Amino acid sequence: MSTLVVTQTRFDRALFVAGAWALALVWILPLAYAIWTAIHPSAYETRFVLLAPLTFENFTRAWNAAPFARYFLNTIMLVSMILAAQLILCIHAAFAFARLEFPGKNILFALVLVQLMVMPDILLVRNYATMAQLGLVDTILAIGLPYFASGFAIFLLRQTFKTIPKELDEAARVEGCSLIGLIWRVYVPLAKPTILAFALVSVSHHWNNFIWPLIITSSVETRPLTVGLSIFSTTDSGIEWSVITAATLITSGPLLIGFLLFQRQFVQSFMRAGIK
Amino acid sequence: MRREWIHAGLLLAPALVLLFAFTHLPAIQTVIDSFFSTARGRRPSVFVGLANYERLLGDAIFMRAMVNNAIYAAITIPVSIGLALAMALFVQRRIAGRAFLRMAYFTPTVLPLIAVANIWLFFFLPGFGLFEQLRSLIGLSPRNWVGSPDSALYAVMMVTIWNQAGFFMIFYLAALQTIPDSLREAAAIEGTPRWVFFRRVIWPLLMPTTLFLSVNATINAFRMIDHVFVMTQGGPNNASMLLLYYIYEQGFRFWDSAYAATLTVVMVVILAIVGIGQFFLMDRRVHYK
Repeated sequence: MSTLVVTQTRFDRALFVAGAWALALVWILPLAYAIWTAIHPSAYETRFVLLAPLTFENFTRAWNAAPFARYFLNTIMLVSMILAAQLILCIHAAFAFARLEFPGKNILFALVLVQLMVMPDILLVRNYATMAQLGLVDTILAIGLPYFASGFAIFLLRQTFKTIPKELDEAARVEGCSLIGLIWRVYVPLAKPTILAFALVSVSHHWNNFIWPLIITSSVETRPLTVGLSIFSTTDSGIEWSVITAATLITSGPLLIGFLLFQRQFVQSFMRAGIK
Repeated sequence: MRREWIHAGLLLAPALVLLFAFTHLPAIQTVIDSFFSTARGRRPSVFVGLANYERLLGDAIFMRAMVNNAIYAAITIPVSIGLALAMALFVQRRIAGRAFLRMAYFTPTVLPLIAVANIWLFFFLPGFGLFEQLRSLIGLSPRNWVGSPDSALYAVMMVTIWNQAGFFMIFYLAALQTIPDSLREAAAIEGTPRWVFFRRVIWPLLMPTTLFLSVNATINAFRMIDHVFVMTQGGPNNASMLLLYYIYEQGFRFWDSAYAATLTVVMVVILAIVGIGQFFLMDRRVHYK
């Protein structure tokens, strides 16, 4: 390469790097500000002194001001219940769509795909009525039930199962493996990366989900973290901002820490789940 | 053959029953509900024909919500996608502090939208939040961003963009990885300027991803409204009213389920149009592959 090209691109390059950093700093600023507020006494909310005393008090005050422990438990029960149900239901359904022949297969699959557009999230009024009829209002089961049969999971797993060579099923059947055995001993282990990707997407989606849980829950025993946080921060009881930001960080903490620790897997999983 | 049908039926039944019970049937039932009145007290629900739809056309708040949603979509979609592309181009190759940059762009995506709204509310706090302090540094007067009708919707949009751009970046990163290095090398030997290379080679190759993200961003523009609950509650004076929030308000604040059903039908129709549009756009995608 000639020297002319090199000097031209060096200026370009500097501009490029500066742009990247400027955008990143702007992007991280709101979060950094929230962390600053949460770890300093409220007197330092807007005074940026480098040596401002650090404190953990905002976190303890937030933790004690609302039943966050219970909310955590509810959210953890919720996301694990949804994930388990989704995997059990959708792995079997995806296998049927990928490997079995039966009448009406294409129509049924098209109906599954409809859910990618018209998700339960917008059918709030009707689903609430259904839950009322079933007597499930204000239960954790009701928060999760509409999401158990995930069109996205069925679609994703079907695509993955289709790439598994058919010779493997024949071999397994010759060995006397049942259909369920074939699914769980051959197909599931081979689809592990996809399943992991889906699991991360599902957990983070339902950890963060808000409107449906807000509508269907009405007590501390069932409310997930997102709903608990919104109630905590919108009640006009003169709670200081530093305490609210601490509560905000508490609720997003596990996901945030999980993300920072497993950043690479997270990003790769989202990519994998999105592309197919 | 018959045995296979039975197996398929058994494997599919649980998933399909739940899918129909919470997606298809409620969608159909919603359409039916929209032709009836809401049952109130001792008055049962009666067939009212198109009365709910007539009310819709005369409802200024509904019109406001539709206009707001159109503005919301028209701004958040291109800005989020544009920023996502810039982010992906920034971090796709070796750059100083790459890991930090990628983390900074992506982290907002991991946070619950409801938590994000809290963070931004504080950021926007009149005369107090950081946004305001920065403005006062350059001598601008304090302003209530979230509380004033001119800016509430834009404040909500900023939060949406902040939350989703990093997520979209991931898809561009994945697409950029599939572009062979040989193209870049060939362009370098030819002395092609960076911008021309981007416009003539990279941008067309990224087209399928851009279409995919446009569809996603459109759905998000109608569905992602968690932050409205914390930031503005559709206000002030409906300045940040969005369709789904209005459905929530009619259905669960005023308990007018028939009218909420009518609004939901509008939402389903919009999403169906997006879905059909995607089908045709994705067809074109074949040409690029």
